[in-house]
Amino acid sequence: MGFLDTLFGRTKPVQPKLDDLFALPSAALTLEAGTGFTPTGSGSVSFRAVEGKTFADITKDVRELLDMSAGEPGGGLPVEVTKDTFGYTWVVSSHMSDDVQGLVTDLHAVNTALVDNGFGPQLLCTLVAFRDSSERRLALVYLYKRGTFYPFAPLPGEKRDNALELEVRGALGDDLKIEQDLTRWFPVWGAPGL
Amino acid sequence: MARTRYAPDRGLTVRMTATMFLLGLVFVAFVVVIIGIMSAIGASVGAIVFIAILLGGGLAFTSLFYSDKIALSTAGARIVTPQQAPELHGIVDRLCALADMDKPTVAIAPTNLPNAFATGRNSKHSVLCVTQGLMDRLDSAELEGVLAHEMSHVAHKDVQVMTYASLLAIIAGLLVRFAFYGELFGGGRGRSNNNGNAALIFLAMMVVSAVVYAISFLLIRLLSRYRELAADRSGALLTGQPSVLKSALIKVSGAMSQIPTQDLRSAEPLNAFFFAPALNLRSPKASLSKAFSTHPSLEKRIEQLDKIQRQLGQVSPE
Repeated sequence: MGFLDTLFGRTKPVQPKLDDLFALPSAALTLEAGTGFTPTGSGSVSFRAVEGKTFADITKDVRELLDMSAGEPGGGLPVEVTKDTFGYTWVVSSHMSDDVQGLVTDLHAVNTALVDNGFGPQLLCTLVAFRDSSERRLALVYLYKRGTFYPFAPLPGEKRDNALELEVRGALGDDLKIEQDLTRWFPVWGAPGL
Repeated sequence: MARTRYAPDRGLTVRMTATMFLLGLVFVAFVVVIIGIMSAIGASVGAIVFIAILLGGGLAFTSLFYSDKIALSTAGARIVTPQQAPELHGIVDRLCALADMDKPTVAIAPTNLPNAFATGRNSKHSVLCVTQGLMDRLDSAELEGVLAHEMSHVAHKDVQVMTYASLLAIIAGLLVRFAFYGELFGGGRGRSNNNGNAALIFLAMMVVSAVVYAISFLLIRLLSRYRELAADRSGALLTGQPSVLKSALIKVSGAMSQIPTQDLRSAEPLNAFFFAPALNLRSPKASLSKAFSTHPSLEKRIEQLDKIQRQLGQVSPE
């Protein structure tokens, strides 16, 4: 925030950074080589819906757009749209587990639709899910406003596997922009697509 | 790519600029008059003014630096961890990610008065406090709206801005007091030394300071009301839900006016940073209390949120 913004008490809504999301497919390979975690093929985009018909129409359009490619070669399952307890909307896309590229393309379509309609500041995060052979769960969360990733490893009973998260940070440090400020690694308990 | 639904409110900016300009003007006029008095009488008044500035500045700086701790202990609030208040922390986490802000310390005050405040000299040292009464009365979407309003105060650095704005009033207030004592003691001695001038000078200083104090007090209250509107605006744009903030405002204002007075008095010093003022403003002397109020009227706040609702609903943004 600039001096004038402080003086006049206004905040410029933060526009999302979208480009770094495309580093995910190659990072998924590094993650598998380093820690044994493989993508489950599902991922989700989370945003804060704006009240009113305009925004609802845009959400509907995105959904139809994504469902058009569903079932085709390279496409995934029809998308799921859910609302979490905090009031955020999640668009969940599911692909074959080796198709991270297709998944990221789907997630990016949601981003583009919101940004093109002037709702870019409403984007919260994107999440791509991973599993290892002993069924431990892991998500890489992308923060739109920072353009950074962080790992989130939920354990039963709303606990986090911090050791695993830090291990993943070490493994991916060269491939992804990892969020350096640990206070921003906020938990997404029960996030759809995880 | 320059499409935006979040254009700044020019009218609000202009009004806020005018208020701050007037405040600055009063400050300059005050300095000129004091220098005039000083050059007329000499060092004795100068020393008093110097002490007032030092004391007032020190007071303001201390309250700014310790604002988070002072506010927490005044409100009797305790800091809560994510384990103790998972829902509250979850809302704040998401709002911080949405707004790209540092996460403030989160606290809960065990009072039944439904309110919230944010304080701290900068975003690294900010505290966000909600009362138990607020959490009991609002659903989670409304609570999010209130928290977004409070976090906008942090983003706008309102504690700093209001402290700097109040500096003049603090100094003028101190001078009134000093001049009064000067009139009592110094002036009395002056007369016995056949020096009637000193008494007159102290009287002039007292009058000037009192006038400056009154004007700057009104301007600060006006500025505070504009800052509240600005925080409402930024908060509603952040969550994209102006109507939820409206319903939270109506609920809180309705409940605020039903609270017994004893509770209100203990909460009054914190008023400037509250979500809704802890006073019943629907008195017969409405226009007078409006000018003294730290918060804009409910009607004004809702009117502004209606405007934001229309702005967000445009089919094709500007």
